Amino acid sequence: MTAVAAARTSERDATGRAGGRRRGRGLSSALAQLFMIAACVLWILPIGFALYVALRPYSETSKYGYVAMPHHITLSNFQQAWTQSNMLRFFENSVLITVPAVIITLVLASFVAFVVSRFSFRFNIALLIMFTAGNLLPQQVIITPLYRLYLQVHLPHFLSESGLLYNSLTGLVVINVSFQLGFCVFVLSNFMKTLPAEIYEAALVDGASVWSRYWRLTLPLCRPALAALATLLTTWIYNDFFWAITLIQTGNKRPITAALANLQGQFVANQNLIAAAALMAAIPTLVVYVLLQKQFIAGLSLGSTKG
Amino acid sequence: MLKGIAGAAGLAATPALIAACSSSGGGGAKKGSTGSGDITFGSNYSDPSTKGAFATLTQQATSATSVKINVNTVDHNTFQNNITSYLQGTPDSLCTWFAGYRMQYFAAQGLLAQIDDVWDKIGSNFNDATKSLSKGLDGHYYFVPIYNYPWVVFYNKSTFSSKGYSVPTTWDQFTALAQQMKKDGLIPIAFADKDLWPALGTFDILNLRINGYDFHMQLMQNKAQYTDPKVTEVFKHWAEILPYCQSGANGRIWQDAAKALENKQAGMMFQGSNQVAANYSAANLADLDFFPYPAINPDFGQDYMDAPADGFIMPNKGKNGGSAKKVLEYIGTGPAEVAYLKTDKWDVGLAQNIDTSGYNAIQKKSAQAIAACKNVAQFGDRDTDPAMAAALEALIQKFIDDPSDSNISSIQKSAADQAKTIFG
Amino acid sequence: MTLGVDVRSSDREEAQRRRPRRKRGRRLLSRRDKVVLTLMLGIPVLIDLAFIWFPALGSIVLSFTRWNGIGGLHLGKTCQPPPAPSVLQNGCFYGVQNYHQAATVYPQFWPAVQHNLIWLAVFICFATPLGMLFAVIIDRGIRGSRIYQSVLFLPVMLSLALIGIVWEFMYSQNLGLINTVIGRNGNSNAIDWLGNPHLNLWAVLVEATWRQAGYVMVLYLAGLKAVDPSLREAATIDGANAWQMFWRVIFPVLKPINIVILVVTVIESLRAFDLVYITNHGSNGLELLSVLVTNNIVGEISRIGFGSALGVVLLVISIVPISIFLYQTFRREEPR
Repeated sequence: MTAVAAARTSERDATGRAGGRRRGRGLSSALAQLFMIAACVLWILPIGFALYVALRPYSETSKYGYVAMPHHITLSNFQQAWTQSNMLRFFENSVLITVPAVIITLVLASFVAFVVSRFSFRFNIALLIMFTAGNLLPQQVIITPLYRLYLQVHLPHFLSESGLLYNSLTGLVVINVSFQLGFCVFVLSNFMKTLPAEIYEAALVDGASVWSRYWRLTLPLCRPALAALATLLTTWIYNDFFWAITLIQTGNKRPITAALANLQGQFVANQNLIAAAALMAAIPTLVVYVLLQKQFIAGLSLGSTKG
Repeated sequence: MLKGIAGAAGLAATPALIAACSSSGGGGAKKGSTGSGDITFGSNYSDPSTKGAFATLTQQATSATSVKINVNTVDHNTFQNNITSYLQGTPDSLCTWFAGYRMQYFAAQGLLAQIDDVWDKIGSNFNDATKSLSKGLDGHYYFVPIYNYPWVVFYNKSTFSSKGYSVPTTWDQFTALAQQMKKDGLIPIAFADKDLWPALGTFDILNLRINGYDFHMQLMQNKAQYTDPKVTEVFKHWAEILPYCQSGANGRIWQDAAKALENKQAGMMFQGSNQVAANYSAANLADLDFFPYPAINPDFGQDYMDAPADGFIMPNKGKNGGSAKKVLEYIGTGPAEVAYLKTDKWDVGLAQNIDTSGYNAIQKKSAQAIAACKNVAQFGDRDTDPAMAAALEALIQKFIDDPSDSNISSIQKSAADQAKTIFG
Repeated sequence: MTLGVDVRSSDREEAQRRRPRRKRGRRLLSRRDKVVLTLMLGIPVLIDLAFIWFPALGSIVLSFTRWNGIGGLHLGKTCQPPPAPSVLQNGCFYGVQNYHQAATVYPQFWPAVQHNLIWLAVFICFATPLGMLFAVIIDRGIRGSRIYQSVLFLPVMLSLALIGIVWEFMYSQNLGLINTVIGRNGNSNAIDWLGNPHLNLWAVLVEATWRQAGYVMVLYLAGLKAVDPSLREAATIDGANAWQMFWRVIFPVLKPINIVILVVTVIESLRAFDLVYITNHGSNGLELLSVLVTNNIVGEISRIGFGSALGVVLLVISIVPISIFLYQTFRREEPR
């Protein structure tokens, strides 16, 4: 449902928001504006303040406090945080974890969603429930046995320097994929159910195989949902903190979000550096957000209006 | 054992996965690997200053033993949190750790390699006290120390001289001084406990002063009860000075408390020299001085203190144990300690014949203060079970919030109840 | 015409269309197709079972043991009450002792339950409605709504760990923005936002709300965009004002997404972890079940059995919203 509706929405946007949507008028509109402006100021304030701290030298903030007119504005904190903390390495780790994890999750989830939404067999609903519920479990509930499991699985050297799933980037990819599968299966299967059945009938007449029905027909139609999920998954996996601090033991194998805690320990006396490092760590997700913002809301079908 | 799991739990699916890693024999006297070659060294020396000192040490070790060392640095807190998994997972050949029960606990479960042969060579460098803190419960060696540092009361010489304060040696002098400082507009005692462990130091020293070393260790090892009236005395004394301590301690990191001392907003601070002196800027370090915590019970005077020793252990699962032992043999020497202390100006070495000519005033005084003690404890969270330390830390935060008599007794009761479940 | 009717009729149509297709579909599956299908389903299922469900079951088993995470388990052996050295009392079967101790002796347990409930209440009563309000206003297309949307969604892109760091600057006792602005940053009058056990939960909840509202906003926007525009037209013609339109027309239509959001809210408040962990490791006023589990099993403490028991409590609490959600979601499909 939502997919179709989303398509409709974009049509509507193109024709200048015709139909039921009117710009608010008069008092209520002014109030709404006021409310939104106030909210936005509050929303931007903490980030802006951290940025302000990051832009000022430590000597100055320790003398005058964080809240003071700036005497100097400098990028040296960013530079220092970058060089002192080996941040490039952590970013690299984050990329090596996030990119494969997002791709593998989407591929596997679309497999399941395709089978479940296009073929009927006895365990359909049970499967959907298993995947969806798996994503809703608290991470802490599975960590101990998972950790033991990770110590048992041996990997060839090119996948893991440690030779184990534990303490390897591969291990983090695996758990992120497993954990995020559920949500993606849920969204994608809802999305696929809304695809018109006619196209499949035509394909069947042509004798298309299961694989080509998946690869040639379904996936291209799912592009908006895949884009939305890719955005969400990127932020979730990139921002993951728990798996990284529990399953990676070597300091310089950590992704940036977990490494931040490390940096916090390292720069503890110099909060300005911490602010600079933290803000730099946020840049990749912000870039992804800006790039994919439009697809994001349009494609986020939760299969919702169909109940 | 595996049969037991499968039977009891009915978990058909590879029960070995949960119960994996049954490497421990519980006995402990296991030999680590003996291979030679490059080694990796797990380090929690993540602050820039200690990181530098550690780098110097490993470089010296490499040139002395020609063993190549790769350092794996993890921040202090994370390293500590992960230690159990770390030792059972893929530990480095050597790693940083602490003396005391914290080391003995892991040695007793077979996770550390026994290094009696290393001590055969380095033993003559150390006194008996150092030897005993390097041993496990089974009497074998598992630890090589690099330095220790005292927990004492820091102050700025300039503050004391300008206001005419004198160093207190008794409890009455101490409280009178605190009172005077408050009148003079100072925070008498800079205080922070956001990280949970710093206030444990105050508990330790009060317990050592009031009840002595033996009772303190009994308490730590669950041979005495937290409901003992002796413990009540500890909290009562603490409640007496709490009004002179910097308020809002539970939300403050100790670095900020040290800053208050350095900026002369505060008059005194009780903390490890490893923290306070390390946090001082070089310009202010000359003004920094300390005195041992004042005496309370004349039976024990100023005989004891917390003087934690940091050093190195050899995980059983580490690689290239042969090379690792060579490195340990080097570390257990005076020159190695000197190499480390070249950049670390707030800790003191333990080797008997160490060259102390490079020490600054704080280090010289630290060495004397520790030597003057009849016995030293490690620290509340190193002398007891980690779970008990955590329980006590949380309760102490509650005490800081509400030091009333009724709260003290409920804290004592809770500590005793938890001790039962933790040790029981 | 309401969307509800629309949905139902189209459902029926679809069902009619599907039935014959299915039969044909099954007949036409070649051997190769079957292999492909098995792989497509088999690999993800195996991964999910191995890395999610198997460990979850494992935790339940562990919650009945006393274990410090070192060495093996001996489930056939019951822990003996006369206290032997704790090192020897390891890996043995402990019955429900862990649960009993959590409820009676562990002082952090009940505060944690209470804080989780407060967290939940704040999310339901405040964060979620706020996010919905943002969404509704933005959806009306007022001027600047794209900018508003971007700004309000910004925190959702940040990791909670980072949010904790950023907010330290707001809350810091002597140097932070809030205390400086209200003039309470002195050494004697400073407000200890993150350390005072009566304040810190609320301070952290502000941080959490700051993020959660944006998250809810986006989910709700996605739902609102999908509302049939003819509904609004009809309601406008009937003379409904914005308030009536929302509550009488749009809100009921969005029931399914409301359920999604409700569940997201509940789960997020039960799972809350990073913010508190980065703030003070969940001590003194910030106890939450998730952090207690973490402190006991991944920290140095290593009371695996005890921590797992706390985890199972968390699991049981989460099961309720999960079940409601799944029931609501898959109810329609069952009769098939």
